[in-house]
Amino acid sequence: MIAEQLADKRIAITGSTGFVGTALVERLLRSVPGCTLVLLVRPSKRHDATERIHREIFKNNAFDRLKAELATTGEPFAQMIARRVVAIGGDVSTDGLGLSEADRATFATCDVIIHSAAAVSFDSPLDSAVEINLMGPVRIVETLHALEVTPHIVAVSTCYVAGNRRGNAPEALVSDGHWDIGLDWRKEVAASRRLRGDVEAESRTATQLVHFREEARKELGAAGGPALAAKTENLREAWVKDQLVEAGRARAASVGWPDAYAYTKALGEQALTERKGNIPVNIVRPSIIESALAEPFPGWIRGFRMAEPVILSYARGLLTEFPGVPEGTVDVIPVDIVVAAIIAVAAIGPERAAPITQVASGSINPLKYKTLVDNVRAWFTEHPLYDAEGQPIVVPEWQFPARGRVMEQLRRAKSIAAKTERVLQSLPLRGKQATWAANLEEKKSEIDRAFEYVQLYGLYTECEAIYQVDRLMEMWLLLDEGDRSRFNFDPTSVEWSKYISTIHLPSIVHHSRAKVTPGKNRNDRTARLRRAVMSPDRHLAAFDLENTLISSNVVESYSWLATRRLNAPERVRYVLRTLLEAPRLSAIDRKDRSDFLRFFYRRYEDAPIAQIAEDSPELLSQLILAKSFPAGLRRVREHRALGHRTMLITGALDFAVEGLRPLFDEIVAAKLTVRPDGTYSGNMAVVPPTGETRAEIIADYCAAEGLRLEDSIAYADSTSDLPMLEAVGFPVAVNPETRLAAIARKRGWLVEHWEKASGAPTMVLPLGSMLSERERRRSFGTQSLGEGRVFQ
Amino acid sequence: MPRPGFVLEVDRSTPPLLFWRGENFSLEKLPAGRSRVIYPPEPLEPLHDIDGAIRGALLNPIDQDPLPAQLFPGMKLTIAFDDVSLPLPKMRRPDVRQRAIEAVLDLAAVAGVDDVHIIAALGLHRRMHEYEMRHALGDRVYDAFHGRGMLYQHDAEDHDNLTVIGTTDEGEVLEINKRAADSDLIVYVNINSVAMDGGWKSITTGLASYRSLSHHHNPETLENTRSLMGHRHQSALHTSVWRLGKVLRDHGPKVFQIETTLNTDMFPSPFEFINKREWEWTAKDRGTFLATTKSLNRTPIKLARKIFHGMEGPHQMTSVQAGETEAVHRLTLDNVHKQQLMEVHGQTDILTLGIPFVCPYNPDGVMNPVLVMCMGLGYLFNMYRNKPLVREGGVVIMTHPCYRDFNPVHHPSYIDFFEQVLADTTNPAEMSRKWEKQYAEDEWYRHLYRTGNAYHGVHPFYAWYWGAHGLQHAGKVIIVGGDPSTVRRLGFTPASTLDDAFEIASDVVGRSPTISHLHVPALLIADVQ
Repeated sequence: MIAEQLADKRIAITGSTGFVGTALVERLLRSVPGCTLVLLVRPSKRHDATERIHREIFKNNAFDRLKAELATTGEPFAQMIARRVVAIGGDVSTDGLGLSEADRATFATCDVIIHSAAAVSFDSPLDSAVEINLMGPVRIVETLHALEVTPHIVAVSTCYVAGNRRGNAPEALVSDGHWDIGLDWRKEVAASRRLRGDVEAESRTATQLVHFREEARKELGAAGGPALAAKTENLREAWVKDQLVEAGRARAASVGWPDAYAYTKALGEQALTERKGNIPVNIVRPSIIESALAEPFPGWIRGFRMAEPVILSYARGLLTEFPGVPEGTVDVIPVDIVVAAIIAVAAIGPERAAPITQVASGSINPLKYKTLVDNVRAWFTEHPLYDAEGQPIVVPEWQFPARGRVMEQLRRAKSIAAKTERVLQSLPLRGKQATWAANLEEKKSEIDRAFEYVQLYGLYTECEAIYQVDRLMEMWLLLDEGDRSRFNFDPTSVEWSKYISTIHLPSIVHHSRAKVTPGKNRNDRTARLRRAVMSPDRHLAAFDLENTLISSNVVESYSWLATRRLNAPERVRYVLRTLLEAPRLSAIDRKDRSDFLRFFYRRYEDAPIAQIAEDSPELLSQLILAKSFPAGLRRVREHRALGHRTMLITGALDFAVEGLRPLFDEIVAAKLTVRPDGTYSGNMAVVPPTGETRAEIIADYCAAEGLRLEDSIAYADSTSDLPMLEAVGFPVAVNPETRLAAIARKRGWLVEHWEKASGAPTMVLPLGSMLSERERRRSFGTQSLGEGRVFQ
Repeated sequence: MPRPGFVLEVDRSTPPLLFWRGENFSLEKLPAGRSRVIYPPEPLEPLHDIDGAIRGALLNPIDQDPLPAQLFPGMKLTIAFDDVSLPLPKMRRPDVRQRAIEAVLDLAAVAGVDDVHIIAALGLHRRMHEYEMRHALGDRVYDAFHGRGMLYQHDAEDHDNLTVIGTTDEGEVLEINKRAADSDLIVYVNINSVAMDGGWKSITTGLASYRSLSHHHNPETLENTRSLMGHRHQSALHTSVWRLGKVLRDHGPKVFQIETTLNTDMFPSPFEFINKREWEWTAKDRGTFLATTKSLNRTPIKLARKIFHGMEGPHQMTSVQAGETEAVHRLTLDNVHKQQLMEVHGQTDILTLGIPFVCPYNPDGVMNPVLVMCMGLGYLFNMYRNKPLVREGGVVIMTHPCYRDFNPVHHPSYIDFFEQVLADTTNPAEMSRKWEKQYAEDEWYRHLYRTGNAYHGVHPFYAWYWGAHGLQHAGKVIIVGGDPSTVRRLGFTPASTLDDAFEIASDVVGRSPTISHLHVPALLIADVQ
C-alpha cells in the first residue's frame, strides 16, 4: 500500500547526505520503485550538488543491497539513478533556499518534501543551529508560499524538543503543553543574530587580536607572516565559534532544554506550525537514532554522533566512568525504524497521519541504562580492542557515578595534562622525546573529548522523560501485513540485548577501524607513508638543512671558518665572546629568523673570499659531514635515484653549503655581496629563504619546471617551516621539535628520526682545526681581534 | 737473538689467552688437549743506521743504475708513496717514508732536478688529513711542497689526469696517474708491512684508476686468491697485478722502487704485553693488563678510541732495497719472510681471532662492522701460505663488540652499504652484480672521495670482497660479544661468550673440535703443511 501510495510521486529530500537522509534515499529507491527523488544539496567549495550526491550518497555501502538487487533486473544502478534522482543546489540556511530559477521550478513540482536537514551536533554554535534548525523549516514554507504550491511536508524533528522534564512527553507541540514558558521564536532568532555580531566584534578588539597573535606565535614559532596571520585568524574564528557554542548551551539550559539542538528544534517546530499557512505539514520526532536493525542491512550506520564515541572511548579505556542512573531509560531507536515511519507518514498523507508522530522506544520497549552498560561491558570483555602495542584493553567496571564526580575527575586529569604539556613544550625537545610530548598532547585532547562527551551526552543518559508513541502505534495498525514487513517501524520489534551485541557494537567497532586483533601492526602507518613518499610518481623533494640533514647551524659554520686561522689565545677569546652573546642571538632567532641571519651574517664583513673558498671544502669534511645524518643524505640520494628533483632550502650561506652541491639539483641559500677588494661585505645579496618564502620558492620552482606541487615532498624539522610543509603534497617532519611533532601527528604526516653517525669524530666546540703556526703566518700574517671582528 | 714463531699446544697449565675485543681485551681459556696458539716470530733486530742504509740502497740499487745517475736537470721526477693505511698503529716519527723521501730529494737537489712532484698513492683510499701527511712526510717536506701544489694526493676519478699505459693479454687496462706516467722517473717509496704489499702492486693499485683496479678487485679474483699473503701463483689478484706490471715495465715510465720492511715491534710501552706470550707475562705485564682493561671498561668508548688511535708503534726498519721492481720485491719478500714466516702443521676445525681496534682502512677512525669482517676474514684469515689454518667448512670465531658505529667523514659509503646492500645480500658475487656499479659511480661518493676524506664509493665492496675467500671457505662465522643485530646483518652468528660460540660451532664441527688461536697482532705467515 505504501509503495503504491508513493508511486509516481516526486519526493524532495533535504539533508540527504546525512545519516537519516541517506537511509531515506536508499529505502525510497529500493522499496518504492515508482517514486522519483529531488535532493536538495548544498554545493560545497569544490563540488556542485550533483557531484556531491554521487560522492557522498551513492558511494555509501547502504546502496550495496540495492545494487545487488538491480543486477538481477538488468538496469544498471547509474542508469536508475539518472532516471529517478535529480540533485538541486540549495541551502536551508539561506533565504529562498538559494535555489536557481531552474531548481525552483523543479522544487515546485514536488508532491512531498521530507525535511531532514539539521545541525544535529549537540555543540553547534548557537547561530548556525538557529539558522538551520529553526529557520530552515520556515524558509522551506516561505519558498513554497512564494512558488504558490502546497506539497505535503514531512519535517524530521526530535523527541528531545520536550526538554528537561520528567514523566510522559506526548506527541504534541511543546508550545501547546503545560510547561511552555511562551518563548517567541522571532525574538530568539533576532537575539542569536545579534549575538553573532557582538561576538564577532569582540573577537576583533585590539586586546583579543593581540592575544590571538600571541597564541599563534606560541604554537607556530617563527613560521613567517602569512602562516602566522592564517593561524591567528583561525584562532579568532575558533574563539568566536566557542563563544557561540557556549552561548547556545547556556541559552538552551536557561529555557529548559539540554542543548542548542533540542532548543532550536523545538522552536523550529513552533515556527513551522505558525508559518505553514495552507501547506499540509506532519512532524516526525525520532529519539536517539542508532544503527539499522535490518534495513538495508543489520548494523548499517553513517557517521558517529551520539553513543558511539562514548562507547568507543569506554572500550579504549579512555572513559572509565560515565554519569547515568542505572534504572534510567536510554531512548534509542534504529535508523530503519525511523525511516520507515517517515515514509509511512508521507504515504498515508497529511489528513490521516497525526500532526506529530514520535518514533521512540522508551515508553513501550525501554532500554535501561544498566542493560546497555552491561551488554557493552560483556561484549568488550569478550571482544576487546587492542592498543598500539597489540595488547588487549581491559574495560573497567561501570560505577554509575553522579555527573559532578566524573566532571571533577576529568577536570583534574585535564589540568595535570595541561600543566605537563606546558612544561614539555617549553623544553627544547627534538625527535623521539618530542614525539613523546606529542603523545601527551594527544592524551590531553582525549581527555578533552571525554569531558565534552560527559558534558553533552550526560544529560541524555540522565533524561527521565518518557516519549509517548501512541500516534505511531495507531499508524502501525493502519498498515497491512505486506507493509508491516517491508516498512517495519514497530519499536517493540527490537530485542535490545541482541541488537546491542550482535548488531550495533560489531558495526561501530568495524566502522571505527579500531584494532581488534592482537599483535603489532606489521604494515604500520610509517611504512605506508614512507612508501608514498618514495614513490616514483613524486616530482620534487625539498630539504631544509639544519637539524633536518645535519645537526649543526649557521653559528657553528661561522665559528669554524672564523677560528680556522686563529691561534690558541685568540680562540679562547672568541669562544668566550660567543658564549656571552649566545642568549641575545637566540632571542633574535626566536623572534625572526631573517632578522637573525641578517644580523649574524654582518660578521662576515671583511672576510677574504679566497680564504673562505679555500676553507670551505674542509668545512664540509670536518663540520658538515661529521654532523650529518647519514640516513638523511641517503634519503636525498634515494630521491635522485627515483628520478625526483632535489632541492636544498637553507638560510645558511652559499659557500657553507657548497660542499653539498652534488646532492641537489637546486640549492637555495643566502648570499653575501662581494666587494671589489675581494672581501665579503657582510650584507646579503639575496634575502635568505625563511618561513613562507620557502613555500613560495618551491611553488615557483615547480611552476617553472613543470612539476606538480601536490606531488612534491618537503623535509623540515621545525614549525618555522610549516608554510613549506603545508605547501607540498607530502610533508615529512624530521626529528621534529615538540610543536611540529604534535602537528605532524594530528595531520598524519610522516615523521622520520635521523641521527648522527655514532662513530663520528667528537667535537666539543665547532672550531676549525688549527693550522700549523707556519702555515698561518704564511697565509695571512698575524691577526688581532680588535673590535670583536675576526676577519680583517 | 729473537725467537722464531711458536705453536703452543694448550694444556691444563696454559694460562688464559689474550683476545682483542676492539678497544679492549679479554682473557679466555681454550680447551686443553685440542687447542693450539700460534705466536708470531719475535721482532728481528732492526737496522741501526737507517739513513745510511737508505742512502746505501739508493746508491747501490739492484739491477739499475744508482739513483744519482738517473737524475738530470730539467727532468720530470715523481715520488709516490704508500698512504697511512700502513703501518699499524702509526709509526713513531720520523716515518720511514719521510726518511726515504728526504734522501731522494737530497739527491735530486744535488742533481739540479726542479720538477719534483710528490704524490700519495691512495688508490681508492681516503685522502689523508693534513696532520697525517705531515706525520708520514715530516713538516719540512710538507711545507716545502704542499704550498706550491707539488705535493698532493692521487685521484682515481680525475679523468683529465689519468693515462692509459696499455692492455694485458687478458684485456686488463692499465690506467694510471698522468703526471706519474709522463715522468722521466717514478720513485716509489713503499712500506712492506705484509707479504701482499709492494712489487707491481704499489703503482698498479696506488696510482691507478677505478677502471684499472676493478680488473682484480672483484669477487671472482678474490675468491681465487689463496692466499693474499702466500705464493704469488696461488693469488689470482697478484697474478693479475703482475700482468699489469709487465705492461707498465714495457710501456710505462721508468720506475725506481724503494721497498722497506719493518720488524713486528708494534706496541709502545706500556702495551708491550700485547706482543708477549701470555705465560711469559711478568708481574708488571699482568698489572698493566688489569689496569688497562679495568680502566677501559670505565672509559667512554670515544675516549678509548682516541687513546688507541693516538698510539704510535716503534716499527723498526729491518731492511731497505731499491732498484728494479721485481728484483727488489723478491728481496723484500725474503726479508718479510725472515720476520714473519713460520711453519704450522695441519689445519684445525676452528680458528679463533681477536679483532683489534684498527685495520688498514680505519686509521684514525672507528672500525665499523664491515671492516670487522674485512679484518677477520680478509686479513687475519689470510695470514697463511699453502692452506688456511682452518679446514674447509670449519668455523671462524672472532671477538669484537661490532658496534654499529661508522665514521661519516671517512666511511660515508660504508654506512649506506651496511644499511642497503648488506640488508639485501652478503654474497659478494650477488652484491657485485646488483649494487657495485651504483656505488662506484655515485656522484656524491665521488665528490666526497675527491674533495673530502672519504673512501671511494666502491670501497666497502672491496673491503667485503677481501673476505670473499674466507667467507667461501668457512662453514660458519661467529662473532663473540658483538651487537647481535649488527652481527646478523653481516650474515654471521652472534654469541655472548667464547663458550657459547663453541657450543654454537658444535653444529658444524662436533663436540670436540680442534682449535687454532692466532695471537694478534699476527704479523706472520703461517706456512701450513
